[in-house]
Amino acid sequence: MTRTTVIIGGGVAGMTAASRLADLGEQVILLEREEQVGGHLRNWDRLFPNRRPGYEVLNYLTEELGSKVDIRCLQTVTTIFSGERDFQLQLASGKSLRCDALLLATGFDLFDARRKEEYGYAIYDNVITSAELEELFRSGAPITTRQGKVPKRVGFVHCVGSRDEKAGNLYCSKVCCVTGVKQAIEIKELFPEAEVFGFYMDLRMFDRHFEEMYYEAQQKWDINFLRGRVSECAENQDQSIVLKIEDTLTSRPLKMTVDLLVLLVGFVPSPETLRLAAMLDLPVGEDRFLEPADEHTKSTLTVKPGVFLAGAVKGPFSISNAIADAGTAALQIHAYLKTL
Amino acid sequence: MISFNLFVLPFSFGLIYLLYMIIRWWTKWIRALPPEDRARFRKGIFSRQFFSGLKEVFLESLVHRKMFRRNALLGFMHMSFALGWFLLILAGNIESRIYSTSHVNPPYYPIFLKFFIHDRTVLWFEINTVPGFFRFLMDFLLLFILSGLILAMIKRGRSRWFGMTRTTHSQLTDRVALVCLWLIFPVRLLAESFTDGYYGAGGGFATQHLGNLFAVLFRESSQHIAYALWWLYSLALGIFFVTLPFSRYWHIPTEVLLIFFRRFGIPPKRIASSFSQVEIGACSRCGVCIDVCQLGSAARIHDIQAVYFLRSVRDEQVSRDITLRCLVCGRCQETCPVGINIDLIRLIERYNFSGSHASDFTYLPEPAPRKAQVAYFAGCMTHLTPSIIRAMKGILQEAGIDYHFLDEEGSVCCGRPMMLSGKHEQAGELIRFNRELILQSGADTLVTSCPICFRVFREEYNLPVRILHHTQYLLELIKSGKVPLQTVFRKVAYHDPCDLGRGSNEYRAPRELLAKVAELVEVPEEKEDALCCGGSLGIYTISSRKRDLITSDALDKLTSSGPEVLVTACPLCKKTFSRLAGIEVLDVAEMVYGAIPE
Repeated sequence: MTRTTVIIGGGVAGMTAASRLADLGEQVILLEREEQVGGHLRNWDRLFPNRRPGYEVLNYLTEELGSKVDIRCLQTVTTIFSGERDFQLQLASGKSLRCDALLLATGFDLFDARRKEEYGYAIYDNVITSAELEELFRSGAPITTRQGKVPKRVGFVHCVGSRDEKAGNLYCSKVCCVTGVKQAIEIKELFPEAEVFGFYMDLRMFDRHFEEMYYEAQQKWDINFLRGRVSECAENQDQSIVLKIEDTLTSRPLKMTVDLLVLLVGFVPSPETLRLAAMLDLPVGEDRFLEPADEHTKSTLTVKPGVFLAGAVKGPFSISNAIADAGTAALQIHAYLKTL
Repeated sequence: MISFNLFVLPFSFGLIYLLYMIIRWWTKWIRALPPEDRARFRKGIFSRQFFSGLKEVFLESLVHRKMFRRNALLGFMHMSFALGWFLLILAGNIESRIYSTSHVNPPYYPIFLKFFIHDRTVLWFEINTVPGFFRFLMDFLLLFILSGLILAMIKRGRSRWFGMTRTTHSQLTDRVALVCLWLIFPVRLLAESFTDGYYGAGGGFATQHLGNLFAVLFRESSQHIAYALWWLYSLALGIFFVTLPFSRYWHIPTEVLLIFFRRFGIPPKRIASSFSQVEIGACSRCGVCIDVCQLGSAARIHDIQAVYFLRSVRDEQVSRDITLRCLVCGRCQETCPVGINIDLIRLIERYNFSGSHASDFTYLPEPAPRKAQVAYFAGCMTHLTPSIIRAMKGILQEAGIDYHFLDEEGSVCCGRPMMLSGKHEQAGELIRFNRELILQSGADTLVTSCPICFRVFREEYNLPVRILHHTQYLLELIKSGKVPLQTVFRKVAYHDPCDLGRGSNEYRAPRELLAKVAELVEVPEEKEDALCCGGSLGIYTISSRKRDLITSDALDKLTSSGPEVLVTACPLCKKTFSRLAGIEVLDVAEMVYGAIPE
């Protein structure tokens, strides 16, 4: 009898796990909610730390999948029935699927910047999110203020919706620091004359080459990093943004004007993930991300046999870490299927 | 006539001790009043206020009117004990005069009258005679109290019938006093009955019949049983009186003094004082504050409610935790039948835990306002909700008002958060700065969007200008026809912010405004009973998860009638609700701004 694995979510983690499992000879069905696989990676222009184009990685992952995997796009799982040793999935399309193992790779959502109303997103013209800036980079459209002017001063607000008790999210989203540094450099590449500021609590350059990039941003690109949390923003008559911040290195409140303000939005657990977790009785952490069976030793397993986790369902992940995690998940699934 | 027996000693000693304690503490408290309050007290005793004080003592301490309003069963229980016992003492005293020629009787004489007097001349049913009437009355009052006792026993198991979900966890002294209190009246009934039965006369409709039954059952030994019961009765009274000053029942004498303090115009103080001590002592630990506390009902924190906080202050065992874990929403204060200024006492205690403060405020800029008739102060919370500022600017422009936006370039805090953390001096710095700013503007009307600032401006700033919350000001503008409005047909639920509603007693203006632009739906707990949004500045020692529980619980109730929009009049409430609400959350100003025709 053939053993089937269903992977829910065709982002970086889901695609990688699908390829690895297919390589191991498993039959895999990859379900994707959108028209195409690729997840959030599709929205990236260039990736940190080396600023290579995002599509290179996307293309690689897509080619790897090839025809080894049964990819089904525009699919949503409505209900999951847990059997003795298998699972029945009901899809919104009306179809149902049976599988022996289930991998949740449903990823994350971006923090809704409107929740930090004090930053004026969706109220002021020239406050945008990092995702929107990335989209602008990717589209190749000229980057201007909403009034069509070339920005002379650009600010990046770090930790928007992350490490913020008032926003209800105590965790660090990991990748926004380095994204902020990357995007600040990219702005300087486009507008060498512009003044660029980063407003941070502390910069968590945790991975290889990140710290070097931060040095480059300061030394080569003359980007100013100010330590302190932006407290609030207001809009000037000319639609530029006034922001108030406490410079915690000098313990003085500051007021600054920028033409464009970029909010580095963090990760939040997606409602879809939480819905599936509820159906499968999976434990959810205080931070509302899913809990693996063991944080260190069984990080892709869950307390429920046959159900596995990969990538950002468990919290913020970078692309490279998600790929590594998905590989581990594939091996664990393969080992599990052999016991059946 | 023998009118002494050894068993009267426990009672007599207890009574003397209790009177000594009352006199000692009352004297201490009255003497500790500042001179101006002592003068008020002296003047008050000889004024009409004294009699209205007596009336209030009767209505609140004896009849328990406020308890009745809350729940009839609860009110009756409290009334039967308090009023019943008071009348029993009064009637007993008068009754004892019938059998005494002396003007001065020992205090135990009326209490144990039936032990000393066995009046065979009048029978139990002869209630048209003076002694017969008193026997009837005394039995009736005793049964009245016993009915309350039965209710009190039922309440321990079925508190919901009395309108209470949770009741107070009692202390050892409370339990000892409670056992004595519960013993007093049944034992008195039995002691009198056994005595009346043994002598075959002297009882009323209840005691005589019961006594006759006992006489049949116990015959000669009923005299010994009666004597033992009189001892027990005296002991129960004596122990109750001795434990009273250390138990919840200390509220009985203390509340009386509190009522007179209030009647004589003695104001509450911001620092620990006689007034706050009397208030703390006047807490009866009835526990009605427990159910209304959202930290308990929504966030499952059950050890910090007003009753426990006040008790820990009285016992001088107040902890940092119990002092700081409070939303300072004012719901308990609103429901307190004794009317204790609970929030104020919290802030007094917080002063002791306030610690040092690093900032010296030298960074505050020099105030330099422009002159205008109307000064608008958004407040720092409103700066965090710029959509409210946009709405206010739009409406003021539409109305053609010449106003000066006092804190457009940035707010200096009104001082409330500092006050809530017990930092009076630091709050004073901020207040001085803003006060100067407001005075220099030369405005005669000060409008603010933040109920927190609004309350502090009114209570602390001592400003010679009209202070309005924006809901009040916008209502004025609309009534004077300066802002044209069209109704937006949306179903809205209105949430009363703590500092605007309970804090400043403004419930009307926002509702009137909303009625002009939308359709208001029913909200279960509103106005004085309104819920806190959970975003309170008064607490920072609970996790955000606990806060979320409070917010979600409030949202469930506020949206129970299915409104399209949740409207509030406070930027902090708006911000708190927005994060978890499934529907749009707007400020009243935004609703008004949205209703101005294009």
